[in-house]
Amino acid sequence: MEHRSHIYGLVAEFPTEHELIHAVQRTREAGYRRIEAYTPFPVEGLSEALGLKRNNVPLITLIGGLTGGLGGFFFQYWVSVLAYPLNIGGRPLNSWPAFIPVTFELTVLGAALSAVFGMLALNGLPRPHHPLFNVHRFAKHATSDRFFLCIEAHDPKFSLADSSRFLQGLNAKHVNEVEDD
Amino acid sequence: MSAGQPPLDSPEIRRLTPVLEPGYTFTSVTDKISAIVLTRPTSLGWVVGFTISFGMVMMLTIALAWLITKGVGIWGINIPIGWGFAIVNFVWWIGIGHAGTLISAILFLLNQKWRTSINRFAEAMTLFAVACAGIFPLLHTGRPWMSYYMFPYPSTMGLWPQFRSPLIWDVFAVSTYGTVSLLFWFVGLIPDLATLRDRAITKPKQIIYGMLAMGWRGSARHWHRYQSAYLLLAGLATPLVLSVHTVVSFDFATAIVPGWHTTIFPPYFVAGAIYSGFAMVLTIAIPLRKAYGLEDFITMRHLENMAMVMLATGLIVAYGYFFEYFMSIYSGNKFDLYLTQMRFHGPYSHFYYALILCNILTPQLLWFHKARTNIPLLFVMSLVVNLGMWLERFVIVVISLTRDFMPSAFGRYSATFWDYATFAGTIGLFVMLLFLFVRVMPAISIAEMRELVAETSEDHE
Repeated sequence: MEHRSHIYGLVAEFPTEHELIHAVQRTREAGYRRIEAYTPFPVEGLSEALGLKRNNVPLITLIGGLTGGLGGFFFQYWVSVLAYPLNIGGRPLNSWPAFIPVTFELTVLGAALSAVFGMLALNGLPRPHHPLFNVHRFAKHATSDRFFLCIEAHDPKFSLADSSRFLQGLNAKHVNEVEDD
Repeated sequence: MSAGQPPLDSPEIRRLTPVLEPGYTFTSVTDKISAIVLTRPTSLGWVVGFTISFGMVMMLTIALAWLITKGVGIWGINIPIGWGFAIVNFVWWIGIGHAGTLISAILFLLNQKWRTSINRFAEAMTLFAVACAGIFPLLHTGRPWMSYYMFPYPSTMGLWPQFRSPLIWDVFAVSTYGTVSLLFWFVGLIPDLATLRDRAITKPKQIIYGMLAMGWRGSARHWHRYQSAYLLLAGLATPLVLSVHTVVSFDFATAIVPGWHTTIFPPYFVAGAIYSGFAMVLTIAIPLRKAYGLEDFITMRHLENMAMVMLATGLIVAYGYFFEYFMSIYSGNKFDLYLTQMRFHGPYSHFYYALILCNILTPQLLWFHKARTNIPLLFVMSLVVNLGMWLERFVIVVISLTRDFMPSAFGRYSATFWDYATFAGTIGLFVMLLFLFVRVMPAISIAEMRELVAETSEDHE
């Protein structure tokens, strides 16, 4: 176990998404918790198999949208009523219906920016390098045509020999150690 | 669709025409699409096309340099016709962009599988069309270097924009639209950029695609959030795309000029935008699938569906024309009546008749399955609709401005060489950007095609 700190985990390769989902279910049943699947496209049912909970992107988007909308409206109010009032034939300064188009656009802008940047931030991207890219087959196939399952070394149940044997037992095509760097 | 099959007209066959020809695997779709960018040699056709469009962009820069030197007087605009080609072209280009967002957002929310192979380049088309559109109002201000005045910023003069003005709404609508379209396009590209990074052979490509992919590795947790974000963006882009052309139509509808001051403008502008946009998607898709052998991905089904959307939105536009005409008679307003008369009998009536021919009469051919599946005819039809929608904006802008309330304010408008040069230049810019795009980015979403492969292989099981 002395080289455990140099190991990021073990990665197993599967040819189809169905085999991957099956393997994920078996791995979780075996008690592993720090596991992650890697797929070249979003696979239906994989989030459930991994036991992923609802994510925070919608909440961030809501907050961004509300900020954009309220900020946009009250900014227009401030400009038109307080900072630069123009009296045109005695018309009301707070002509709120005229502020709606810009308020709407800024709501959408705020929400869209926070959805994208919130998603990237929660995903920890950009992150140009990752230990998994050290595995040649992962770097070559993970974004094209193969499905990967990684048991990370900080899983309490992780042991290089046992976990490796366990993954082999799941009919994985290749099982590789992932070196940490 | 080979020769040995039953006649194409039978409804069973039509329903079965696939969105993806059978026999593809994850590997083969990845190879086929990424090869266009990574390994395929530059063809002679590409070089010729790029050179011509690049030449047109050079013409655009000359036209713009001359415009900035001399001022907007080099265009054919003068009071009372202050809005000439610049506004016609602006509305035309921004309308074209709308189909890209419709395909990527609205068809995504409606779970339409046929959207998958056309959304990427349709989104790129949106971005490039918005870029071309943005040039015109910017230059039309006369002093484009002062255009930052339109944005609210704390100036030393204590000035702020007039938020009750539709022109300021336009600034916000178009800039938000451009930004959100870019985000949507880029988010969709991230997984494909990672594919290109991993498949690129040369170091510079690996580095450039690697930086753009931001370290995407297809982690399930990442996909989980990615899908939320993508769905939310689609949900946000849907009302946005409807709002943008609505705001553009407000530029006209909130004015009291006869022919502009109508409540039907927002819906009819949005329908017209989608109409012209689908025409442009067809104009691009037909040569693209031919040139890069993508007939298996962009199938007859796609072309036919797009033709049907064109027919449907074309009919909404026809309804809009009819009600403009009807309301001017029904209102009894003599200025509106006079304007309608001018459309039919005035000095620009040939534009109006050409518009009816292009936008209403010709597309009626699309009722027929034979016309929808005749690719050369469809291509010509898409060009006709593009022309028709340009004429529509010309009719709206020019006829109203040449004939408003007082005979003393009547005028005539004709475009100058520089008007045509600028317009042609933006077409060159659009085409050049498309040429560059197909060579450096995957023109079809690879990740979504893999999803389609997974789904269609399940259908067969």
